[in-house]
Amino acid sequence: MPDIFQALLERFPERSRLLDIRSTNELYASVDREDLREAVRSLMAEHGARLVTVLAEDRLASEGVFYIYYVFDRLGDPCFLILRLAIPPGQAQFPSLAADLPAVNWQEREIQDWFGLEADGHPNPRRVALHDNWPDVHPLRKDFAIDQVLPLFEGEQHEYRPTLGEGVFQIPVGPVHAGIIEPGHFNFAVAGEPILYLQLRMFYTHKATEKLFEHLPIHRAVFLAESISGDSSFSHGTAFCQAIERAGDVEVPFRAKVIRTILLELERIYNHVADIGAIATDVGFVVANAHAGTLREKFAGLNETLTGNRLLRGMVSVGGVRRSWKVHQLEALQNTVDLAERDFRELVALINSSDSTRDRLERTGFLHPDKAKALGIVGVGGRASGIDRDVRRDHPYSAYDRLSFRVPVQEGGDVLSRLQVRVDEVKESIAMIRALQAHMPDGPHCAPAQEIPAGRCALSAVEGWRGEIIHWVRTAPGNRLERCKIKDPSVNNWPALVEAVQGNIIADFPVINKSFNLSYSGTDR
Amino acid sequence: MFKILEKTFRTGIVTASYPQEPARVSEHFRGRPAFDFAKWHDARPAAEICPTGAITVDDEGGQQQVAVDYGRCIFCGQCAEVSMDGAVTITQEFKMATRDRRDLVLTSYSIPNRAGQQGVGDSLRTRIHDVLGRSLAIRQVDAGSCNGCELEINALNNPVHDIERFGIHFVASPRHADMLLVTGPVTRNMELALRKTYDATPKPKVVVAVGACGISGGIFGVNYATRGGVDQVIPVDVFIPGCPPRPEALLHGILLAVDRLA
Repeated sequence: MPDIFQALLERFPERSRLLDIRSTNELYASVDREDLREAVRSLMAEHGARLVTVLAEDRLASEGVFYIYYVFDRLGDPCFLILRLAIPPGQAQFPSLAADLPAVNWQEREIQDWFGLEADGHPNPRRVALHDNWPDVHPLRKDFAIDQVLPLFEGEQHEYRPTLGEGVFQIPVGPVHAGIIEPGHFNFAVAGEPILYLQLRMFYTHKATEKLFEHLPIHRAVFLAESISGDSSFSHGTAFCQAIERAGDVEVPFRAKVIRTILLELERIYNHVADIGAIATDVGFVVANAHAGTLREKFAGLNETLTGNRLLRGMVSVGGVRRSWKVHQLEALQNTVDLAERDFRELVALINSSDSTRDRLERTGFLHPDKAKALGIVGVGGRASGIDRDVRRDHPYSAYDRLSFRVPVQEGGDVLSRLQVRVDEVKESIAMIRALQAHMPDGPHCAPAQEIPAGRCALSAVEGWRGEIIHWVRTAPGNRLERCKIKDPSVNNWPALVEAVQGNIIADFPVINKSFNLSYSGTDR
Repeated sequence: MFKILEKTFRTGIVTASYPQEPARVSEHFRGRPAFDFAKWHDARPAAEICPTGAITVDDEGGQQQVAVDYGRCIFCGQCAEVSMDGAVTITQEFKMATRDRRDLVLTSYSIPNRAGQQGVGDSLRTRIHDVLGRSLAIRQVDAGSCNGCELEINALNNPVHDIERFGIHFVASPRHADMLLVTGPVTRNMELALRKTYDATPKPKVVVAVGACGISGGIFGVNYATRGGVDQVIPVDVFIPGCPPRPEALLHGILLAVDRLA
């Protein structure tokens, strides 16, 4: 990364400088408002960088400005590059990148809603994170009290874009859905059966998560991190703890790293198995789902044996993990993985043997690799459309640097490809768990508790089973946080769903949606 | 086709026999923390470490008045770890569902008698039982959860827990439902949808609040974006603690709500 930094600094010698922010895996540089668009363009077009996320923080009290951070990475370089833009309060605007970079569309609008900073030149600057009936408040500003009582919800005021034409009609769905899933609103425009256009409205489950991080001591905040997205408790918990460890120079013992890695892979497996079954159900192959459900139960039971909780909660902590494993727990791990691998092979064979299932999945919900790239799609959704990215390999953490593994990538971009990526990933995960448990190191499972210094910034990335999870923190005195930004992979990937459903019949929407299986709570926070 | 049948026969019956027989629970499972108030010399470390504020200590004249709210508990087990006197033990108990929110609060001091309130609940139960008989249609509503509770509710439909063996099934519309199974915390953005769903459910109806967030707002509590527990918005008949409640705990709560526990 230093080389492209050099190029950037040479390009804007007067107005851009390296910032003296200590960090272990990222570099910070300031950039001027006038140069932002050109700097981003040059980083991406000339140096192959990818915009990972955009985040803001309110530093009015101490520095008299708001900051917006643009986080980049580049294949083959474990370091992150972060551009920082200062926004004085009198000029509460920042240049929008959304017209050229659809990936930041929602993230910029989030900053508008939560910080009251205007994204100048945004092609669709309407509210996204605060619904239309909210008063003019900006909750992530420091002068906004978290327990402020806002007037009650009066009714829907959101106007969807009209979709016009003979025989075109709109189908509103949600926020309370027909299945046992999270709330969100989908507005389909259909002509007969095919979907012409899908409009999403999210943030129904917004529960002040990022603000709440600023109000909890770190040891309690770990549990909040586990509740960002219920099926990714361990990944989000690890991402959070890792950010704190980097901020406070906490050295995680190797045994803890290995335990974390095994649990991260178990989380991937239990979710992928459930999704494989759910995809089969959504095209009518319920027998496969029955087997998948049984298999998932085995993993839930294993999770409980290893962590005391079926969803792996209450295990990760700053400095390592809360409990070590005894011999019988390691035996349970080995036995369950051995049995489950056989069951999994049979499940995959069952699905592959069904031509009608394959027929429904092939070319359904197609996401073109070029589109996926333009939208900045991550994780399973990206890898099924040819995007060869995986945090475990690209920015190794926990024990991943000790493992050799393959990152499965498919070019097909359809539901079948997303299914295949999951199948291949489960196989890789099983191999990783075997390799780790065969050489389970001894030693402590957690670093001794220590005071986390105030005013430190740190970025942490974890490849959750859905994709890239980012946590960025700034610490405060007394083992607290000044700011915690969370980016769930779902934030990147909702636009992929909008793209992939177009032209498909509405009856295939559930299976296309399932093939991405995005988190509403992770998006809405 | 033959492959499907062969696999099915080979797999055999996987359904657990809970509740006829005890649930298969790992010895590592963290269920209800049990408190021995007489032994508990200092509850402050536990109150300090509790992530959701489920344990509160009122230090009055050197005498600690302790209250524990299972409706806020996320079963992290830290209260047992920091209480050196062995006053807190983690049990494998998960059947904690109750009709009365106050049953979930334990105190080291006595609270005023509340006899005489049970009668109302009894007549409602009889009525529900009369109308619904032994079948039950559930509409699940996520009013703001992290999706953890939904995973376990979904698990009720898998072959291991197989809730349909009780004549209970999940339906796609509140208009077809006898019971609303609601997870929380109820967000400001879901409040209206929850009220509308409740109004759309025909009487007699039962509402079950699921998980720490559904009961009390859990770790999210009450803030600018959330209203806290489900009972802040609609009347609740049964509360099921957990984070999330395991499928057997959900089943226990659902059967309790329709008075079908043996």
